[in-house]
Amino acid sequence: MDAFSIGTYLWTTFGAFLTLCIFSFLYRDNPFYKFAEHLVVGVSAGYFVIILWHNGLQPNLFNRLNDGDFYLLWLNSARPWYLIPGILGVMMWTRFSRKKSWISRYPIAMYMGIAAGIAVPLEMKNRVNVQLYSAMKNVEWNNFFGTGILDSGSAVAQLIILIGTLSALFYFFFSKEHSGLFKGVARFGIWILMIGFGASFGYTVMGRISLFVQRIQYVGNWTETSWAHPSVLVIWFLIVGVFALLLLLEFIKFLTKRRTAAS
Amino acid sequence: MKRQLPLFLVLIFGLFGIVQYFIPHEKSEWMYEFLLDWIYIIGIFALALGIWSLMRVSWDKIKHKRQNWQYSIVTLTGLFAMIFFGFNYFRDFFNSAGLQNYMFRAFFDHIMIPIQATMFSLLAFFIASAAYRAFRARSLLATLLLISALIIMLRFNPYLGFIGDYMERTALWLLNVPNLAAKRAIIIGVGLGMVATSLKVILGIERAYLGKD
Repeated sequence: MDAFSIGTYLWTTFGAFLTLCIFSFLYRDNPFYKFAEHLVVGVSAGYFVIILWHNGLQPNLFNRLNDGDFYLLWLNSARPWYLIPGILGVMMWTRFSRKKSWISRYPIAMYMGIAAGIAVPLEMKNRVNVQLYSAMKNVEWNNFFGTGILDSGSAVAQLIILIGTLSALFYFFFSKEHSGLFKGVARFGIWILMIGFGASFGYTVMGRISLFVQRIQYVGNWTETSWAHPSVLVIWFLIVGVFALLLLLEFIKFLTKRRTAAS
Repeated sequence: MKRQLPLFLVLIFGLFGIVQYFIPHEKSEWMYEFLLDWIYIIGIFALALGIWSLMRVSWDKIKHKRQNWQYSIVTLTGLFAMIFFGFNYFRDFFNSAGLQNYMFRAFFDHIMIPIQATMFSLLAFFIASAAYRAFRARSLLATLLLISALIIMLRFNPYLGFIGDYMERTALWLLNVPNLAAKRAIIIGVGLGMVATSLKVILGIERAYLGKD
């Protein structure tokens, strides 16, 4: 067993508590779930602020201007042109003002222009051309059936992939009416799509279930650690004792109130 | 002018983005890298808008004591604590020491990861109830969906005996053949859609991102 540290144990306890808070949503929405949900929103936002500052702005902006002088607004830097994206970034903040928000259109326009321009050749290459190339590679006719009907590398499988891809694409082609032969092709396309969606669904479910098992193991490990260390158990018995006492007091108060109301 | 000039900038930068891909020269590559840095930096500054919005909404809730306002305190506490520790108690703004801060890492390891992982694992239950409704074999298409999903889900089941081997091979075939064909068609469709949308943006047909006057 790893060396026991009370700091790590307390953090793990908090992690286990938050895990149970989230699982409590299976019963219904409740204050414990809301607490964990709001906490993760704040912590995640803070995390991304820090990550983007240290791994984004720092290397890409500040480190490139740090040979310049702050009092000269970094204009004496060797790469003063990196001030431009900084200024454009600050211009984005005019979004906060209703009257001046039009200024933010310039950085947004540049962002959209660059992103859209770069996307055209890259999307054509990475999504369309590469996929079409892979779909149209030579069919291995000499390995027609492969090692059996379930061999994914056989020529039959390659043909099913090619015909399936074209049919599924055809299903989304609405410029021609789906009738006659085209109806049959589109029908085969939707079958292929449904089998694909089913497989993706099954895969996702299995992924979620393994995540669920991992969370249960996390809580299980925490429980084991709690039992293995008597000092921790004393703390837990104290906490549970105080909690039970509070519940008992509430129950007595409730009974007294009901008796008073009845009399 | 408040709209025309931004649209002109979109056109110029968009055309440059397309043309530079076909110019195999180091100056073109340098410009490409520089513009990539631009959009990365502008994007990070835009994050501040989101953080400000989160703070304002949470603060308004607390100030006017709206329903569940107490939880907004939790959100803001989490946000500020993470920023405080991430900058190493506001000591290290311009070096990455904050990323190694004990509390920053503890918040990540023992708050963010457990909650996010549990939220995703929770979907196992909701996805199961959704499957019950979606997978009733009422038509051929629903049956195909059901059979395909069942084979994928049951393939690791240790109680299937000798059928398990066939199940696993069938699952692999389903993933590598019809699933690949479907995915490939979807990826090609998405790629063509992205190109079409990008061209609409560059040519000024799509201009919703500029907002209203």
